[in-house]
Amino acid sequence: MFYYEKKLQYPVRVSQCNPMLAKFLVEQYGGADGELAAALRYMNQRYTIPDKVIGLLNDIAMEEFSHLEMIATMIYKLTKDATPEMMKAAGLGDHYVAHDSALFYNNASGVPWTASYIQAKGDPIADLYEDIAAEEKARATYQWIIDMSDDPDLNDGLKFLREREVIHSLRFREAVEILKDDQGKKKIF
Amino acid sequence: MTKQMPPEYYKLLEELQAIDFVIVELNLYLNTHPHDFEAIKQFNEASQHSMHLKIEFERQFGPLMNFGKSYSNYPWDVDDSPWPWQV
Repeated sequence: MFYYEKKLQYPVRVSQCNPMLAKFLVEQYGGADGELAAALRYMNQRYTIPDKVIGLLNDIAMEEFSHLEMIATMIYKLTKDATPEMMKAAGLGDHYVAHDSALFYNNASGVPWTASYIQAKGDPIADLYEDIAAEEKARATYQWIIDMSDDPDLNDGLKFLREREVIHSLRFREAVEILKDDQGKKKIF
Repeated sequence: MTKQMPPEYYKLLEELQAIDFVIVELNLYLNTHPHDFEAIKQFNEASQHSMHLKIEFERQFGPLMNFGKSYSNYPWDVDDSPWPWQV
């Protein structure tokens, strides 16, 4: 069961309408290392991961959905007042003809999200190593977007999200150690 | 659509976001450090603080949650408060 809470995890502000930044940012919405991929990956792996780390996958999946909502809010605020001409000038002409200013799950190049971005191997170490890599890739992507952005208000939110990737990666690394410890224990049947 | 809310809304919302962030962070930490007694105490204290803040926020600005986790006034006001991307 899921409940919705009418608040963002962290405040999202943008300085001005800027469809070009929205075009870059959509990488974290519907891209390979974006928040949708992260949320769906952990949400799906949790069923078959060992009991000791189900809680962690479950809770990080929840947080990723909150991040997805923050990214969507950023994109929405950056584009809601853009004219068709502004969208075209920002390289979003093809987006505009298909979606107007609606959001869509695609990456910065307009490629739609696909489940082949994520895996569920059923092997806990393989799954957790993928999760660690995903967090590091997302952290790097946030950094590259911050490097491209000149909007201090937007960057405040992006820096928060970048730091969350660091924490998730750390927690997944701890989960690997918990499972390794468990495997190393002598079991008497 | 953008909705204009009073400064108090943003102040209280940010307080709520701050305490709820403490809870998320402690929650993830405790998932991998389940025997940290002090952290569990902090988690429970922060959870209680958050609940009190939510009651105050909802009294002033309407329901935060759907499906019966918040009460409604008459007429139905669960849809009335602004959505997070509108403020």
